[in-house]
Amino acid sequence: MRSLIDILDFSVEDLNELLATANDIIANPSKYAEKCKGKKLATLFFEPSTRTRLSFEAAMLELGGSVLGFSEANSSSAAKGESVADTAKTISCYADIIAMRHPKEGAPLVAAQNASIPVINAGDGGHNHPTQTLTDLLTIYREKGGFNNLTIGFCGDLKFGRTVHSLITALSRYEGINVVLISPEELKLPSYIKKDVLQKKNIPYKQTTDLESVMPELDILYMTRVQRERFFNEEDYLRLKDSYILEPKKLKNAKKDLSVMHPLPRVNEISVAVDSDPRACYFKQVLNGKYVRMALILKLLEEADK
Amino acid sequence: MNIDSITNGFVIDHITAGRSMRIYDLLGLDNLDCSVAIIKNVSSKKLGKKDIIKIDADIDLDFDVIGYVDPGITINVIRNCERVQKLSVELPEKLVNVIKCKNPRCITTTEQEINHIFKLTDRENGVYRCLYCETKAN
Repeated sequence: MRSLIDILDFSVEDLNELLATANDIIANPSKYAEKCKGKKLATLFFEPSTRTRLSFEAAMLELGGSVLGFSEANSSSAAKGESVADTAKTISCYADIIAMRHPKEGAPLVAAQNASIPVINAGDGGHNHPTQTLTDLLTIYREKGGFNNLTIGFCGDLKFGRTVHSLITALSRYEGINVVLISPEELKLPSYIKKDVLQKKNIPYKQTTDLESVMPELDILYMTRVQRERFFNEEDYLRLKDSYILEPKKLKNAKKDLSVMHPLPRVNEISVAVDSDPRACYFKQVLNGKYVRMALILKLLEEADK
Repeated sequence: MNIDSITNGFVIDHITAGRSMRIYDLLGLDNLDCSVAIIKNVSSKKLGKKDIIKIDADIDLDFDVIGYVDPGITINVIRNCERVQKLSVELPEKLVNVIKCKNPRCITTTEQEINHIFKLTDRENGVYRCLYCETKAN
């Protein structure tokens, strides 16, 4: 049974197929309106996430399927102490596919090992969030026409930002990528990602604390939020949360075709005044997230039916 | 110092000096009722100093554990007081229930009866990562 737990579960060919399907859905939505008729998606959200859960639910509804599930652990049997393995076995009796978010890292993998239906990792703590990566890939693909020969700046929390880790890993499989890492010293990209991904694949990268100095080089600026929930210490969070705030004046030296991306939600790291700049792509990203999740649900259900 | 030769069993040789107790613990040798000898700081041409463990019983030896703790070890298989086989070990691709993940955010800290699985991600540097959360083993 094929699941999506880590973005590397999918080959470049799989990703290309998904992106092609997502693009076709955008172009011909009516063609897909009943593709999942009679199928059920279970959204098992053991921690709150409005955006991801609603994106999955909207995706399934637009495919003609239906949804069931819960949006916090307190309203599930986990509150009674049920294991993830037992939850996965139980839900397999009710639904055709699972989308799971869980605060514990590796929980969706445990679910996939025990379920008899496909499992999609909708975020496991600070570890993986592969459908956000799919969303980012579709956005880059649609904005830039492909992935080759791009300079991508990642800005903000590069230490705990799982979306950054996953996107760098996914992009490392394409040719001619240049990476610019912009963060405070304390939130630098972990050395194992630099070593295991960037250095291993000979991807040129540089690290800086100064966003404005590298702005003219960038084709894509991927902003991130400093996440309160990833810190054990509130003082550290308060000290680092305002490290980078993107304002219109900081975009003056940027390329005209720069794409500003953000996995959202934002707090204050992108000024609202930037929203009207045509280079701001983060709300398009949200929409792309729904389409790529539609493509993913379709692919996994089709493979499960074979 | 005299230690009797063994009849049927194993001599785990070329253990890096100081690591024999870790191997003893991980293999659960304290549960055996046969003779087990731990010889520490033996002179070695190859290593300078080494440890040796002798087990006088034909037990089911977990090569993965031995390979993980010390991939330079050699294992001599003894039958009727003679060495019949000399085996080398290497870092295993996967470790199951040998070490535990120390990441408090890992699902292995809460899920019932889950196997603690680590996979080898960098053979050159002997790096193992948790299958579930990818935290590096210490």
